Amino acid sequence: MIRFSKYLWLYACISGLVLIPGIYSLIRFGLRASVDFSGGALVEYRMSKKVSSTQVKDVAASVGLTLISVQQSGQSAYILRMKQEENSKIPAFTAAIERVASMSATLVRSEVVGPVLGRELLTKAMFAAALAISAILLYVAWAFKNIRFGVAAVIALLHDLLVVLGSFSIFGYVFGVEVDTLFITAFLTTMSFSVHDTIVVFDRIREYLRRDRSRPFDEISDMALTETMNRSLTNSFTIVFMLVALILMGGETTKWFVVALLIGTISGTYSSPFVATPVLLLWHRWKK
Amino acid sequence: MFQNPRRVFLLLFLLTILLVIVDLPEHYRLKFAVLGRTVDRIINPPMGLKTSLGLDLAGGSHVVLEADMNDIASSDRGNALESAKEVIERRVNFFGVAEPVVQTALGENSYRIIVELPGVSDVDRAIALIGQTALLDFREFTDPAQATAGAFTLPSLTNTKSVGITGRDLARAALSFSQQTGVPEVAIEFTSDGAKSFGDVTSRLVGKALPIFLDELPLTAPVVQTAITDGKAVITGNFTRESAKTLALQLNAGALPVPIRPIEQRTVEATLGAESVAKSIRAGVIGLGVVALFMILQYGRLGLIADAALVLYGLLAFGMFRILSITLTLPGIAGFLLSIGMAVDSNILIFERYKEELRSGKPWAIAIEQAFGKAWDSIRDANFTTIITSLILYNPGNWALLPSSGLVRGFAATLLIGVVISLFTGIIATRTYIRVFYKEKV
Repeated sequence: MIRFSKYLWLYACISGLVLIPGIYSLIRFGLRASVDFSGGALVEYRMSKKVSSTQVKDVAASVGLTLISVQQSGQSAYILRMKQEENSKIPAFTAAIERVASMSATLVRSEVVGPVLGRELLTKAMFAAALAISAILLYVAWAFKNIRFGVAAVIALLHDLLVVLGSFSIFGYVFGVEVDTLFITAFLTTMSFSVHDTIVVFDRIREYLRRDRSRPFDEISDMALTETMNRSLTNSFTIVFMLVALILMGGETTKWFVVALLIGTISGTYSSPFVATPVLLLWHRWKK
Repeated sequence: MFQNPRRVFLLLFLLTILLVIVDLPEHYRLKFAVLGRTVDRIINPPMGLKTSLGLDLAGGSHVVLEADMNDIASSDRGNALESAKEVIERRVNFFGVAEPVVQTALGENSYRIIVELPGVSDVDRAIALIGQTALLDFREFTDPAQATAGAFTLPSLTNTKSVGITGRDLARAALSFSQQTGVPEVAIEFTSDGAKSFGDVTSRLVGKALPIFLDELPLTAPVVQTAITDGKAVITGNFTRESAKTLALQLNAGALPVPIRPIEQRTVEATLGAESVAKSIRAGVIGLGVVALFMILQYGRLGLIADAALVLYGLLAFGMFRILSITLTLPGIAGFLLSIGMAVDSNILIFERYKEELRSGKPWAIAIEQAFGKAWDSIRDANFTTIITSLILYNPGNWALLPSSGLVRGFAATLLIGVVISLFTGIIATRTYIRVFYKEKV
């Protein structure tokens, strides 16, 4: 048995190391909203030969198209973002870039979203998250016949959500990654995975509590953690393999979505023994 | 009968064969030579089953149109939206799109129509066509000989002229039933101005046809039986309940013209979609291979059994997507691959338990049965929370407060189906395989 309960300060340090830069970035830079939320237009071009991004910008300027950003999305593909109204100048741009660079440019994807829809999506997603969290809190509290388990599971869950949000705030600042509908999906999945993992650890604590009421709680949780550690790691590995394969070989469109899922999975695995269980422990010590 | 593991295994085996048939590839050409005879035939899944791909994978346009209801009385708004939808559906059908989807979405103070056009990449042309406000026009034949009931001339823009009554003169149209015979008919009511001109026109055209055009195409050509001066008319004919309702909705579209404008449009070129499918499948196969190998390395023969259950899981999930006609989207595929990770989790939990029970000195046959029993509590609770989350994301009741975006829904659907199936394959199938095939050397 490993005395996990002796190193609570270490877990607090590790979580802090991840959370503090993320929270700082969230406050300082926030998240970069995609057209899904901010409204606007996005088009993706496949060019038949390589074109530099300055050339793309120059051509856009020449037809009076004001771009918000130009992003390379593959060998010779570009994603252009603009305000919703600029959308009408797209055909002129296509013709101009084909003429200037003497090649063919195919519009492979276009998205135009009004600003109302974006706000609506965000409120709905937040409401869905709040609803899911309350449902999870109630279910765990009921399944474990103790509100403490529910609260601890939800604290671990919030920890994981903050990790995901924080890292995407940093990614947004460093790589220009945007938060879109898919990110919301990944965010909500992280919730369910985090609790999924926490419950496995809690289930073991519940079992030992039933078996031996006289044992100190520290010892019970240490036993539970020692015995579920192998399973937690094995399980995370399988999901991580799957997700890494998707990041390396899947399409460009889902890349950051899968990265969000990956961070959620890793944090979700970490938080079960090192956030949820310590919360339970501290609560137990404080009540004594 | 479920007590005997061999019988359950036989059932699982039959299920597997059935699923292989359900999961057969679409339009796959099979060509090989056996015993000197060449077999050459196209394979298709039975009963017209097929995997439906979302617009992000198949390519196409997704347009959300918002109806401007400012000029419509609030009691008529629902009706006006239905009519606008009916008109758009009609236009989309003229556009020649295979399997279009037109649906309404009501929110608080928002009236929307969602149009999905698979294979259409010229979204601007599509919007220009479907986004117009409906135009209703009452016309008469220019040649009086064609206008009589027996002439059977198809009305068109060239052989008719407007009588000066448009949708503006129409107050409303509704499905009604004949007082005498009870057959479906369409009752139309004119505004007071409209009633006056309609009275004039009908007195002039008794016994003649009065074709009604929507968007410059004929809708119906009723024959005027008698002069109607009170502004209340009925159109009779060989209507079924459905066709009378459709006509009423189309007439209403003219009576309650709602300006619609696009608030969201997304287009994906088919090549980009096909590329995404190919990449996801490749990533899935490789990821799955690594997971399968990892399980064998970790658990030896038990890992092999878990892999067999995983194969059944894949077949079952894919078959379910087809049977329940779940539309696969890119996030949907990601959700499915993620649920594979959760599917092996059940087995990992059970096998870890088994190792523990072995360490405590129990004989293997008892240890494995107990492992299933003890792992069940955590498997149940853990999967239940995932089921709750995926249900909230799927939003089956279409609650206005929750997301109803197709992408989120596609993800939730595959995750939900995946988790439910993983409970079956991870526990029942694995247990049966172990009972039938697994023996520990003593």
